Amino acid sequence: MTQNGKQTLSALVENKPGVLNRVVSMLRRRNFNVDSLTVGRTANPFVSRMTIVVDQAKGSGKRIASNLFKLVNVIDVKVISDELHVSRDLALIKVRNDDADSRNALTLICERFPARIIDIGPAVAIVEITAQQDIVEAMIQELESIGIVEMVRTGVVAMGRGVRIMEADDYRPAVEAIKKEDGNYQVYGV
Amino acid sequence: MILSGSEIVMECLLREGVDVMFGYPGGAILPTYDAMTKYPQIRHILVRHEQGASHMADGYARATGKVGVAIATSGPGATNLVTGISTAMMDSSPIVCITGQVPRGAIGSDAFQETDITGITIPITKHNYLVADIRELPYIIKEAFHIARTGRPGPVLIDIPKDVQTEKIEFVYPEGEIVLPGYNPPKHASEEQIADAIELIKQAKKPVILAGHGITISGASQELQELAERAGIPVTLTLLGKGSMPEGHPLTVGMMGMHGAAACNFAIQEADLLIALGMRFDDRVTGNLKTYSPNSKKIHVDIDPSEINKNVKVDVGIAGDVRTVMRQLLPGVPSKTHPEWISKIRDWQEDGDERDILHANSPGKLLGAQVINDLWKFTGGEAITVSDVGQHQMLEAQYYPHKRPKTMLTSGGAGTMGFGFPAAIGAKVGMPDEEVWAIVGDGGFQMTLAELATAKQENIKVNIAILNNAFLGMVRQWQEFFYEERYQATPMFNPDFVKLGEAYGIPSMRVEHRDQIEESVEFARQHDGPVLIEYVIEKEEIVYPMVPAGADLHNMIRRPKPGEVQA
Repeated sequence: MTQNGKQTLSALVENKPGVLNRVVSMLRRRNFNVDSLTVGRTANPFVSRMTIVVDQAKGSGKRIASNLFKLVNVIDVKVISDELHVSRDLALIKVRNDDADSRNALTLICERFPARIIDIGPAVAIVEITAQQDIVEAMIQELESIGIVEMVRTGVVAMGRGVRIMEADDYRPAVEAIKKEDGNYQVYGV
Repeated sequence: MILSGSEIVMECLLREGVDVMFGYPGGAILPTYDAMTKYPQIRHILVRHEQGASHMADGYARATGKVGVAIATSGPGATNLVTGISTAMMDSSPIVCITGQVPRGAIGSDAFQETDITGITIPITKHNYLVADIRELPYIIKEAFHIARTGRPGPVLIDIPKDVQTEKIEFVYPEGEIVLPGYNPPKHASEEQIADAIELIKQAKKPVILAGHGITISGASQELQELAERAGIPVTLTLLGKGSMPEGHPLTVGMMGMHGAAACNFAIQEADLLIALGMRFDDRVTGNLKTYSPNSKKIHVDIDPSEINKNVKVDVGIAGDVRTVMRQLLPGVPSKTHPEWISKIRDWQEDGDERDILHANSPGKLLGAQVINDLWKFTGGEAITVSDVGQHQMLEAQYYPHKRPKTMLTSGGAGTMGFGFPAAIGAKVGMPDEEVWAIVGDGGFQMTLAELATAKQENIKVNIAILNNAFLGMVRQWQEFFYEERYQATPMFNPDFVKLGEAYGIPSMRVEHRDQIEESVEFARQHDGPVLIEYVIEKEEIVYPMVPAGADLHNMIRRPKPGEVQA
């Protein structure tokens, strides 16, 4: 099942320099329209997890997945939007806060959404919301009536529901990693 | 044993079975060139342009099935490999390119002859490496060769910084199996897929096999012939599939596509079952996808899962090694014949024969088609022919039937002019006992002719046949058909190729009449080293039939029959 014509894919990739570059290069080359892309660590420090939201018009999730699998650094790919899953997008939204009306409106809106005001000042306030993408979109629409000054979003992360997991706990790179004094691992050729 | 990075490179190449490299030295790769002096078992062939090295490695790989190796320095040396790498990528040819790089500390500082070659080649390599630590070097080389030659073959680039080449370490070769969790080429089909495919074959009344490069790469020629013969299915070939089934076999209809035989294209459009084996439904082969083989069921076997349902939606898509899959299929394939279908195809073939230029009268003119067909005759149809790109390439495909796989080498996917001559050098180096002919046009030849010096210095016996019409022929043909004969930038001044050959110390001759062609083949055979023959051909020749780009596959522009007027 896709949400508003978009596919969400989850990919486990080797944590090596340049891997993000390879993935994005492939997406551009195959003319896929990327809505959002986020990448972060997993429990295994040698493996990162990417969540990519793609416009479905250009190709089915299976097609994108098969192209991702072709990349040597990509370990596993799931089309998350094809299964039961939960997803979250985090947004920080700076809104106008300089008169009683906007302050009241802001408080009312935040009560109706899973959002919090995390910074407040005489002229502007910052709201944080973490929710499914469509709920974030809905709140942004509401806040436009007050006046949005600045906004930053992380993009969607998603995880399949139930006991089937996507992990690569036993993956280790071929050459044993050396932990440097600053706590990071030795940089590898890709 | 304590070895330097460069020596480790050589040790690993030896263990991969490499016995020849094509390259050009430079500052950043100098330590490796020095290490070569300690490893005379690996022959190094000095080229005159790194592009030549990449095409030679490619030609070597296509002719032998082994991984070709090219080596160059950093900066411009590496970027000169790019065209060859992308050519190999498009045709799934296994090559490993080793480039020098500035020392690690200098990376990113715009140092002398520095370039981000790994960044540049990401889109055109199967995978590439920048060696950041000498301890990874043996693993990287082993992985690189594995990736290049397995699954869908392709080019791999290894960029080695100069200080990694000079660093010394205790050399331990990774003896175990390669562990690449992200790399898992598919192998065989499921029982269900086999059952579905066999059911379709049983029901088909007008089946056609489309055989492509995958058959050659997988070594599945025998299985292909068995399948075709047992089930009575006619076989059409892609450009790179030529030789996968012997041309001359009664079930081989010919080449399909833009300049393919009309009989093949009609058969495909009328078929009720297409069995696509190791081919990817390239646009040169399908014409307009909306009207492509509209009434047929389709079986598609390819080792690259991303090719299945990419261009053409199929009924049974099997991601697997085509030879393995065919062996799974064959036991269940019924014995059948389709005499009416074959008879219809024969009618189309006869109609095509009537229009063939070889039957036309052309007094006083030497035609490219005649040159190629006579070369085929006088070489017994057994030579390895390596073509460049253009009209001569299509004429070679039409008029030199091939019996064995890996004997027709050409840049199909990329269409790289300048590929022919250096690739022929690579092919001859890999197959020294075969007769190798580089069949090139005057345009493409001039792009890489500097390798004449390479052929002479290394005494590599390539017979160079230049089809000279003083035009960029294929472009001129398009300008004639679609741009109302506005020959912009297509007529060419050419040097005297015979004098040019002689300047390189290469025996050369010119052919201007058809009765000299046999003599030219003898001339080629009597010299031990490379030979250059210029065939002065008719200036404005047209390659028929032609499916104009984007047109329906059955709507070909065809040569009129004798007595007919061009529509």
